[in-house]
Amino acid sequence: MTAPDDQDFAELSADAVLTRREDPHLVTLMWRHPSIFWGGLMLAVMVAIAIIVPYFTVDPVALNPVNRLKAPSMEVWFGTDFLGRDVFARVVYGGRVSLVVGIAVAVFAVVVGLIAGLVAGYLRAFDAVIMRVMDGLMAIPGILLAIALISLSGATLTTVIVAIMIPEVPRVVRLVRAVVLTVREEPYVEAAIAAGTRLPQLLVRHILPNTIAPLIVQATYICGAAMLTESILGFLGAGIPPEIPSWGNIMSEGRTYFQLTPWIIFYPGVALALTVLAVNFVGDGLRDTLDPRIARKM
Amino acid sequence: MWVYIFKRILATIPVMGVVALFVFLMLRLSPGDPAAVIAGDYATAEDIVRIRQQLGLNEPIFVQFVSWVGQLLRGDLGISIFTNLPVTTLIAQRLEPTISLTLTTIVFTVVVAIPLGTIAAWKSGSLIDRFVMLFSVAGFSVPVFVLGYILIYIVSMQLQWLPVQGYRSLVNDGVWPFARHIILPTVTLSVIFIALIARMTRASVMEVLQEDYVRTARAKGQSEVKVLTRHALRNAAVPIVTVIGLGIALLIGGVVVTESVYNIPGLGRLVLDAVLKRDYPIIQGLILLFSFVYILINLLIDLSYTLFDPRIRY
Repeated sequence: MTAPDDQDFAELSADAVLTRREDPHLVTLMWRHPSIFWGGLMLAVMVAIAIIVPYFTVDPVALNPVNRLKAPSMEVWFGTDFLGRDVFARVVYGGRVSLVVGIAVAVFAVVVGLIAGLVAGYLRAFDAVIMRVMDGLMAIPGILLAIALISLSGATLTTVIVAIMIPEVPRVVRLVRAVVLTVREEPYVEAAIAAGTRLPQLLVRHILPNTIAPLIVQATYICGAAMLTESILGFLGAGIPPEIPSWGNIMSEGRTYFQLTPWIIFYPGVALALTVLAVNFVGDGLRDTLDPRIARKM
Repeated sequence: MWVYIFKRILATIPVMGVVALFVFLMLRLSPGDPAAVIAGDYATAEDIVRIRQQLGLNEPIFVQFVSWVGQLLRGDLGISIFTNLPVTTLIAQRLEPTISLTLTTIVFTVVVAIPLGTIAAWKSGSLIDRFVMLFSVAGFSVPVFVLGYILIYIVSMQLQWLPVQGYRSLVNDGVWPFARHIILPTVTLSVIFIALIARMTRASVMEVLQEDYVRTARAKGQSEVKVLTRHALRNAAVPIVTVIGLGIALLIGGVVVTESVYNIPGLGRLVLDAVLKRDYPIIQGLILLFSFVYILINLLIDLSYTLFDPRIRY
């Protein structure tokens, strides 16, 4: 009985050593995975702009009706909107809101999905119920679900985040459950059970760590998708209330004057596309780094 | 085989049940009095009472659910609060544009994405492969409506090749007006779908191209076109078809946005107008309809695997 286990441990520690040796300097990692580097750089620039630049712009909600619908120029870089508000200020400020929504949705979806997935994967009694609920949730088109939830509970930053999060949860649950189902058969889990490890500790200490790598990858994709959904909700008029500029509602307000002033939609659109692109690049890069098995398939 | 089909159909029932329960509870569990929420800010007390009666909100919640499901099973989606018409009638009125748009999109996507993905896999690592991969990441990064406006700006406003917005029926207005109006929405809606399917096609064809039988086919002098279509693509079909089915969810979300951008009077517009007016029976009915269509399509795709891969027997 001890022989095969020893062998497994030897293999495991060999793996661990290998990963540690590959883990390495940031520079080599970046060189080997250019998409993480470029994506990360682009994202860092976007985040930096969103954090720093709003301190130096004019007030993004200051009305100036005399200067309404001005074309981009040296004074107003991205032009002004139908109330004379500075579109550049609104776009950089909206970046904050969009990034907050993306990150918040990713974090909450992963936490909720992780808990549900651990329970479904490990406690067979709950598995069928949780998975049927997730199947049902997955069948409902995410955007419609989000719109309906927001229209019922009123549009605030919090309800928008929750409404975008709910349709994202099932994917996380499925992922975590799949990992748990394979891991729970591993000898070290058996060993932990034999050693009398309590269930919460077993889940947290022995099973949870295996889900971290795929969850990080999934979280980046959710973050990108959430920013897109936020913009779509905003655009459809079911998103974050107009007092808080977000990329979605800036574009929504630009709609009416599109034929006259297309830049009101283009600038936030480009900012959003670049940010989501950066996030997706990072996600692809992380997937290649953390899970080469799937990477080869894609 | 029949046993499998029967079991598979039975398995969709709990999923549909969960969808129905979720849609039902959404209104009841939302904060505040649902009747007041639906009635809106300017409603009188009588309006709220009327809506409460109309939706049966006075009954115990379990009774409400049972009678509601009973109605659903008889094909009754309830009555719209604002127009006082049955929801099914409203859906029937708006069905055609949405079906046209989704069908043209699926056809266009398949025609573009599958060859693109196959060529990318065939010339793996080449410039065209890199282009396809870049496109598939980019396709997932641009919001549908931004793409729509860019296309309108270039094709309709600058080049003036196609109309800016609107919809013409194939039956009533003829092929040419229909085509002119449907091209841009179709392209807009297809991009994300093409990104998804080209990527999946590339991945699964690449895997099949490693197989021994592909090497054998090449060794016996089979032309590359035949190797790709008859050997590679045929064996890669199951995952591709599966992703097309799962992508329907993406498509449905996109339809709402695309119809809004191009002002197409379809189901997407119906649901948006209903949301703005808080016409809850319509929202409920459409979410149910879209979800059931999604479940049904994926059921059919599951059952179609035998067609694509004779090795799969149930």
